[in-house]
Amino acid sequence: MPEKTLIEAIREAIDEEMARDPRVFVVGEDVGPRGGVFRATTGLWQKYGEWRVIDSPLAELSIVAIGIGAALNGFRPICEIQFADFIHPAFNQIVNEAARFFYRSGGVYNVPMVIRSPYGGGISGGLYHSQSVEAFFAHVPGLKVVIPSNPYDAKGLLKAAIRDPNPVLFFEPKKGYRLIKGEVPDGDYIVPIGPAKVTREGSDLTVFAYGMMHYYALQAAEMVAKEGIDVEVVDLRTLAPVDKETILNSVKKTGKALIVYEDNLTLGYGAEVAAILAEEGFEYLDGPVMRLGGPDVPGVPFSPPMQDFFMPNPQKIAEAIRRLARY
Amino acid sequence: MAIEVKEFLPITQRHEELGLSDETVLQMYYHLLLSRRLDERCWVLQRQGRVPFHISGIAHEGIGVGAAYALRKGFDIVHPYYRDLALAIALGMKPVEFMLALYGKKGDPHSAARQMPSHFSLRYLNIISGSSPVATQVPQAAGIALAEVLKQKLRPQLEAAGFRVSREMRVVLTSMGEGSTSEGDFHEALNWAGIYKLPFVVLVHNNQYAISVPVWKQMAVKRVADRAAAYGIHGAVCDGGNVLEVYQVVKEAVGRARAGEGTTLIEAVTYRWTPHSSDDDDRTYRTREEVEQGKLRDPLPRLRDYLYRRSLLTQRLEDELEERVRAEVDEAQRLAEEAPYPAPEEALAPVFATEDRSGWWGE
Repeated sequence: MPEKTLIEAIREAIDEEMARDPRVFVVGEDVGPRGGVFRATTGLWQKYGEWRVIDSPLAELSIVAIGIGAALNGFRPICEIQFADFIHPAFNQIVNEAARFFYRSGGVYNVPMVIRSPYGGGISGGLYHSQSVEAFFAHVPGLKVVIPSNPYDAKGLLKAAIRDPNPVLFFEPKKGYRLIKGEVPDGDYIVPIGPAKVTREGSDLTVFAYGMMHYYALQAAEMVAKEGIDVEVVDLRTLAPVDKETILNSVKKTGKALIVYEDNLTLGYGAEVAAILAEEGFEYLDGPVMRLGGPDVPGVPFSPPMQDFFMPNPQKIAEAIRRLARY
Repeated sequence: MAIEVKEFLPITQRHEELGLSDETVLQMYYHLLLSRRLDERCWVLQRQGRVPFHISGIAHEGIGVGAAYALRKGFDIVHPYYRDLALAIALGMKPVEFMLALYGKKGDPHSAARQMPSHFSLRYLNIISGSSPVATQVPQAAGIALAEVLKQKLRPQLEAAGFRVSREMRVVLTSMGEGSTSEGDFHEALNWAGIYKLPFVVLVHNNQYAISVPVWKQMAVKRVADRAAAYGIHGAVCDGGNVLEVYQVVKEAVGRARAGEGTTLIEAVTYRWTPHSSDDDDRTYRTREEVEQGKLRDPLPRLRDYLYRRSLLTQRLEDELEERVRAEVDEAQRLAEEAPYPAPEEALAPVFATEDRSGWWGE
């Protein structure tokens, strides 16, 4: 199987879905001749033309709203928000509109659209090119929220998202775009939205993570394995709807849970995983449910030492694992 | 077309010169009357405590009826707002379909009794569901219109894949109050409309007030329609109390849109003499004298006057129409009162679609 980077897998998914279904189109800033600032749509404008790869005005609210309208009228838009940090002007259109259309019309109007956006820190992006926004959206019924951690899943999950009859937010760990490589089959396959995945079997404790933090969690698990700590790692992959079964089954086996995410700690996605474990997995627990996240400050600072201080990394995860293992 | 209207303004257009038959202009009167009497009944029901809330389309009927007749019903697509009772009625909504929503009863076709009333949504009439935060429908409607352009541009690929594309573009009409034109959504939508020459009609009901805030605190420009110039689209103003003038202006805009000549921003001027909603008290922000003067814009007596002058309406026919409309409103109310409420747990679904039913394909 050919090895590809995360960004190549994403581009391949878009390309194949556009070839497969003429209703699929891309809309966003710089997605056309430039191929996107992260190159996710490189070559697609040249291949499919300006009516299927649409360079939008610099206006995020309407990138999403135009997508909603086109979806209502039978198309399958893939809206690109250049950085997750810029999604906030579109918050109303996503949360009040796309998410609620189906429910508020009594199941008459569905909105089949994908909103792709790179998220996360560690790339010298400062406050406004580093944010993690998944928790805002995972809170809202009517939205599906997907975050891939590797190229294989990225391709299969993005295809599933494009074919889904509902609005799907697809957040991509931008630090991993070229760093994370993996085997990706040529041609069509789907990774279904919904199930989490046990990516490393272990017996002492479970680390739950997604996106870039999942990549680091696997590295941390290898580090502590040399010290005799046997870590299970679960890639959550789909944050909404959440896969409670996989979460609970893992902790039933290991008895301990650490949740790692790079968003601000308080009310981040890990809070929900912790609540599920406290409520439905209490009898399995042999230690406190722990979270490792970013500090509760308004952003990831630009200056390298401060940025490194903010970001969870394999060393910090390993240290948290050791603390939990000792309990 | 300022707020100051000092006297009754007769309709000066002639319906036959606009291509409307005698039957059609009488039908317009019937739709106007039905909307008004239905609306008045809703106020009574709310004041009697039989329904929790009403937001009125009174004073807006001339705009809704004029616009509806300018569209190709069942083909063009409408993304309305909460004062569009008359638009929905003239497009074919039955009074009971409104009453079921007003009461929050089972069978409400707009939202399955989830939304507040006047959030019109009827798939069979191409009326798209709207929300309560204003102007959100405008860029969505632009997206629906962009899809019409895409269908024409991508016709060979789409038809090869089994999607039937109509010979002509559907025109998308969206409506809103003048207060909505302060929202970013409105401006972003017009920008797209200009860039892509969308088959799109943006119909602003300027009723002079956004709840309590008068239009001169909403914008520094004299006319909402002046804003069209900034986006490279057409702008037009019409008297919202004159149903024939609204029809004429919207008809021209629809023609341009269908011909690929782009979007028109239409300002239809009216005066909202009811409170914003059943929860508002407009005595706190305007005088009774102003309100009485605003009623000179009322589209109903103006069309009635026109029909009498043209000998299309007689006292006997008017009485018959009133009687017919009252019976329809009575029947709608009876059906809504007899209808059951939804089961409580119907609140739980549907959140996610399991199949795709989106789009307007074919003729």
